[in-house]
Amino acid sequence: MRKPKALLFEMSRSGRLGYSLPDCDVPEKPLAELIPEKHQRSEPLDLPELSEGEIIRHFTELSTRNFGVDTGFYPLGSCTMKYNPKVNEETAALSGFSLLHPCQPEETVQGALELLYKMEQELKELTGMDRFTLQPAAGAHGELTGLMVIQAYHHHRGDSKRNRVLIPLSAHGTNPATVSMAGYEVVQVPCDERGLVDLEALKEAVDENTSALMLTNPSTLGLFEEDIVAIARTVHEAGGLLYYDGANMNAIMGYIRPGDMGFDVVHLNLHKTMSTPHGGGGPGSGPVGVKERLIPFLPVPLVDNKNDQFFFNYDLPESIGKMHSFYGNFGVVVKAYTYLRMMGAEGLKQASGDAVLNANYLMNLLKKNYWLPYDRICKHEFVLSAKPEKKKGAGAGDIAKALLDRGFHPPTVYFPLIVEDALMIEPTETETKETLDAFAEVMTEIAKDIDEDAEKVAHGPYNTVVGRLDEVQAARNPVLRWEKK
Amino acid sequence: MGGKHYLPLTDEDRKEMLAAIGARSMEDLFSDIPSEMRVKGKLALSPALSESEALKHLSELAAKNRHTDSCVSFMGAGIYDHFIPSVVKHVIGRSEFCTSYTPYQPEVSQGILQAIFEYQTMICQLTGMDVANASMYDGGTAVTEGAIMGCGATRRSKVLVSRSVSPFYRAIMANYYDSRGLALEEIPLKDGCTDLEELAEMVDGETASVVVQQPNFFGLIEETEGLADLIHDQKAVLVVCADPISLPLLQPPSEYGADIVVGEGQCLGVPSSFGGPALGIIAARQKFVRQMPGRIAGETVDSEGNRGYVLTLQTREQHIRREKAASNICSNQALVALAASVYMATLGRQGMREVAEQCIQKAAYAREKISALKGYEEVFPGRCFKEFAVKVPGKPANLNCALLEKNILGGVDLEPFYPELKQTMLFTVTEKRTAEEINTLVRELEGWK
Repeated sequence: MRKPKALLFEMSRSGRLGYSLPDCDVPEKPLAELIPEKHQRSEPLDLPELSEGEIIRHFTELSTRNFGVDTGFYPLGSCTMKYNPKVNEETAALSGFSLLHPCQPEETVQGALELLYKMEQELKELTGMDRFTLQPAAGAHGELTGLMVIQAYHHHRGDSKRNRVLIPLSAHGTNPATVSMAGYEVVQVPCDERGLVDLEALKEAVDENTSALMLTNPSTLGLFEEDIVAIARTVHEAGGLLYYDGANMNAIMGYIRPGDMGFDVVHLNLHKTMSTPHGGGGPGSGPVGVKERLIPFLPVPLVDNKNDQFFFNYDLPESIGKMHSFYGNFGVVVKAYTYLRMMGAEGLKQASGDAVLNANYLMNLLKKNYWLPYDRICKHEFVLSAKPEKKKGAGAGDIAKALLDRGFHPPTVYFPLIVEDALMIEPTETETKETLDAFAEVMTEIAKDIDEDAEKVAHGPYNTVVGRLDEVQAARNPVLRWEKK
Repeated sequence: MGGKHYLPLTDEDRKEMLAAIGARSMEDLFSDIPSEMRVKGKLALSPALSESEALKHLSELAAKNRHTDSCVSFMGAGIYDHFIPSVVKHVIGRSEFCTSYTPYQPEVSQGILQAIFEYQTMICQLTGMDVANASMYDGGTAVTEGAIMGCGATRRSKVLVSRSVSPFYRAIMANYYDSRGLALEEIPLKDGCTDLEELAEMVDGETASVVVQQPNFFGLIEETEGLADLIHDQKAVLVVCADPISLPLLQPPSEYGADIVVGEGQCLGVPSSFGGPALGIIAARQKFVRQMPGRIAGETVDSEGNRGYVLTLQTREQHIRREKAASNICSNQALVALAASVYMATLGRQGMREVAEQCIQKAAYAREKISALKGYEEVFPGRCFKEFAVKVPGKPANLNCALLEKNILGGVDLEPFYPELKQTMLFTVTEKRTAEEINTLVRELEGWK
């Protein structure tokens, strides 16, 4: 029997305490002397009242109603759900990192600055870029930083008419949304029959108004843009810059670097490629790297070294300014730095190699029972289309629910938009061959189930703590908070 | 080779798998990458470390830093040293939460979705707003995007921000708005608070949002009477940046007419971590929900009619609306919001109030003692919550240096942000500080030459 879980507020009992604070040991004054009555809250705050044990049980039960990488296989395409090493959590939790105040004098945070400095050196070498800012707190935040840097660069040269950014049709939604946030117009570039950027269409689209092209390479189809040299030349010849969305960096580490492909700006997702946990949605970290000519425009501060002392360098007169109140998600950077140091150059190359091998192996198994619209060597991920299954009565979303019933997290569904009923599968390098075989077997079973009784598959899941949730009703009659009845 | 223990494929596996694909070698899988661009040889990264070596290396770096456990901290300015109950760390360490992605598959994500729903509820209770999102990156980005919501709702493009709003936040606003083509004007101060007469002059039919901070950057309680009327008369939106720790004690922003409430939630059970991961809070009145950036969890029912939770109103978001989305935010600070939830539930109705009361009592005690010292002067006359500005008899950097010798992390120097405030520092006193610690600070200040 499925049973809904009570909310904190429904468990609350007046007078229960979950905390203990020491008594106030300074002489107290009447509150009215400290804040005028009109500034005080008139009605007491209605927060829940629970004992510590109840709180732990509540959240422990909630955790059992959640699926993480530690629970099982999580081939969510484009999200790089690789194993999150535990040592990363240990290092980030060291008091010397986790208890730093951002305004501390520089001489008291030399170790933290050294870490940021060293992290930048590693990322520069890995990507072939000349400098990095570690300030962006997530991938999309990095995209915005990168576009602002590009904008400042053009403006600084007195070239202010460039008001358009090109993005391929297969791009992540964050790319067009970022373009708008930076005050630019979006120009979509179609894909050709190979699933790659249509070079002829790109040549048509590029002109003196082009500020940049944003590209994910490998693309969201998991395919390497083979024409990257020609793409870069086309954009650069028109005076535009090339922006690398690092969402898919996990495919190419140690094989090829964005800087060598001709990209001027790169963002990485440390919460994907560098193994830091996604935390149910965040925190992430989205460092941005640039080529020499763009360094003056990076956000302040950068971390530099003079006479063996590390310091925050605010002396960048052309800088775009700040993207985050302080230095970004420092705690996430500590985790990612730990991972980078554990892996080294050979380890990272092997990771990318295994990620690509796992993807190709799984693609090869699955294409026996599912339609693979772009049937060629993939990189770290591939995209199936459930269009044929949908015709039988159960599409990509239904296949996802059937996977939940069998203990797997589903792939990304309905994305990229250029594939109908897409199932975007990214196994990552940290999965065993046995897991991939088991997943393929289950996918085969699901294909069979759809042949036999698509209607049943279309109404799953059956084994989860809740049945299929009504997302339409949630949007139509939004209930966004608990209210006292 | 490093990281072998994260890479389960054996050489035998690799051989079998390549054969199954029909590839001769790994190189075949990368044949689509133009060879002239390929990395030749090995990247010059630092040599790989074993786990014990990595721990040692990182511990050595960490040991070079002073921190708020090895020092007594009077530093705030947006990031605070409040007490964190042990339960918080244990809950967010549950790897089912920690290692999950954004809850796109709600049937296996009820844990984090319900936690977000509870978080949204508690943020609404604190602020008096109708709806909250699942988090922004930090206080600064929340303020910045909160004011952009006002631009979306009014279809206007000018933002007024008080100079008593954190300079860290205003720097982000200036950067974002410049790029987007929004105008940003600063409202001058009077005695460290927003000058309402100046505001009345500045707000007009082009104004989209007006941003004030309560308590403000100097820790002062801003005047709220008549504030909203000035703004609403021009059909503009009032955005209040609030310290959540103050809200159990202070009038909720809804009562003085706020339309959107934003803030930094690090104070709610999150370690300072050099300023990040922090927690951006955004809450608003119902009518602004369509302009709200980021994830929102909502209640619904499952196929059997049982209550459950999903991400909802996604037509605001980038993955659906693309260039027309309210914001580009995708990854947020969900795990930090979970920490804040556990914190608020643990402190609860009484504890949250007690923390706020101890902050105000202890800050008032410290303020009185310090301003009575020879050479030290109170800068602003207004009432404060947990921090206050003091003029000190010398260079703030030197004073902090002297305090560090006594294991005290002093105040924040205000002059870099407010050139008119020479030799002025912002001291912060949370509930964690004891009378003895405050007295020690006072003694050291008194004896400083």
